[in-house]
Amino acid sequence: MSDLPLIQADRAVPPPATTTSTGGRRRRLRLLSRTDRVVITLMVLVPLLLVTGFVWLPAAATVLLSATNWDGIGPLNEIEFVGARNYSDVVNIYPPFVPAVQHNLLWLAALFVVATPFGMFLAVLLDKELRGSRFYQTALYLPVVLSLALIGFVWQLLYSRDQGLINAVFGSNIDWYGDSNVNIWAVMIASGWRHVGYIMLLYLAGLKGVDPSLREAAAVDGASERRAFFRVVFPVMRPINIIVLVVTVIESLRAFDLVWVVNKGRNGLELISALVTQNVVGEASRIGFGSALATIMLVVSLIFITIYLATVMRENRE
Amino acid sequence: MSTATITRRTEGGPDAPPRRRKLTPLRMLLHGFLIAVSLAWLFPIAWAVLTSLRSYDYTAANGYVSFGGWTIDNYVTAWRTAEFGQHFLNSVYITVPAVLLTLFLASCVAFVIARFSWKLNLVLLGVFTAANLLPQQALLIPLFRLFTEVPLPEFMSDSELLYDSYWGLILINVAFQCGFCVFVLSNYMKALPRDLYEAAMVDGASIWRQYWQVTMPLCRPALAALATLEVTWIYNEFFWATVLMRTGDKFPVTSSLNNLRGEFFTDNNLVSAGSVLVAIPTLVIFFMLQRHFVRGLTLGASKG
Repeated sequence: MSDLPLIQADRAVPPPATTTSTGGRRRRLRLLSRTDRVVITLMVLVPLLLVTGFVWLPAAATVLLSATNWDGIGPLNEIEFVGARNYSDVVNIYPPFVPAVQHNLLWLAALFVVATPFGMFLAVLLDKELRGSRFYQTALYLPVVLSLALIGFVWQLLYSRDQGLINAVFGSNIDWYGDSNVNIWAVMIASGWRHVGYIMLLYLAGLKGVDPSLREAAAVDGASERRAFFRVVFPVMRPINIIVLVVTVIESLRAFDLVWVVNKGRNGLELISALVTQNVVGEASRIGFGSALATIMLVVSLIFITIYLATVMRENRE
Repeated sequence: MSTATITRRTEGGPDAPPRRRKLTPLRMLLHGFLIAVSLAWLFPIAWAVLTSLRSYDYTAANGYVSFGGWTIDNYVTAWRTAEFGQHFLNSVYITVPAVLLTLFLASCVAFVIARFSWKLNLVLLGVFTAANLLPQQALLIPLFRLFTEVPLPEFMSDSELLYDSYWGLILINVAFQCGFCVFVLSNYMKALPRDLYEAAMVDGASIWRQYWQVTMPLCRPALAALATLEVTWIYNEFFWATVLMRTGDKFPVTSSLNNLRGEFFTDNNLVSAGSVLVAIPTLVIFFMLQRHFVRGLTLGASKG
């Protein structure tokens, strides 16, 4: 490491030539020994290489590949750059693309407009130190520990056409997972079921962190409970609100497991994440298409990740 | 259902705080609403458990809205036909090393970020935290190619590639989960008093000893919370195992579920027994370590 650490050691003291950690007790504060520097470098470098190699370089490679005609099999030196052709192909001659974007947006809207406010509402109710609050909380966030793939199977018991509970109770004959008119709603309900508990948990923690004197002051001023929440409590939870917003956007962008276990993201359940995967591991491997789709996902997610980082880092500095 | 009795007992319990004793109509309405929502939330899981305990012949003849046909045969059949023993073992092979490695590597980075105030630390924190939030599918194409190119010696993986090996899954899970743990741990470590390090330095403790003997023992609560959370997450991980594994009997249990449906395709009772089996480890963790689980999730969102 070239730059010297800004530790609170006495900078006026010249660094000892070769002090090792076994050099015995010294009354004097020292700068870092050579061993320490090696240790620090390794402590940062090994994880950094792992994250760079498995996350950031692939992300960069995805962006580069989206501008090429690589077929995924041929040697890398035969790659030709084709500019934005993959993108225009995705938009113009790839039928599942438009439905996938619509479904992703619908997914986001459903989580954002229904599941997230409901989770927040439940958190506000549970924050009142009711009797039995623990039971309510446990019931509500139990789905959070289940994987989304498993949730797909659990809800199949309700949704199945011939053996599902819903059709048995209502006498209907709908294949909730199979009918392309309704299946996106069916999986969004299952996904919302899990999301509500997660959001409730985040807001419950946020509400516990709100200074109680704020609420007391609002009550003294004669503000109703609802008014106090929206005018006082909700605004001071701004960091949590932003985190919840970002979590919701990322979750709806990353939605994958549920539709993949139902039908691999076809026939009414197209999502961008599923299309990318189909283009890589499916029967027709179209790398250019897949990378262009993946780049769109990356760009959208990076916008919200930046918002997230800006928020949490500001929080930490305060 | 036992849930209703629990609620009733806690509501009328003599040890309830005196301040909350008054049950106004509004409060009863509130409880009514919360009980209804809670039961609705528990219902899909309860229904899965119920279905798994009934024989297929009985429900096929009488419909699912009926009572009777109790059996545990579904579990026996599911366990045997789907080789759950092997798949659970695979999950252990992947989850245990991945969680330990994630916590170790993340705590190293977090320690350096929290211990020193270099300008680069903020960048480092950003690089790790953001990596955890990227959509996995967006990285799939280059990673898939990378995994099929990197050779492994045969004693490590019979595929002789990173693809279709436990090693590959462990590494990708570690790379993805490190970010979250670095974020949580560095916040936690920053809150520790700095005098500790000065005292340790006066004693001539090396950086490694400061990390291992001073900081890490103090981080036990955060490490416990993260371990609980990461075990659940990596056990539940579905995407990477689905795309980076090929051999059927090497799949961890969560992604093996998808391959099971073919075998079970008309028998929902068997599917539910399989689902309950897969859920059991996470439910056990949840009920035994609920405190850690909740704290882990909220540590990431607040300053903890």
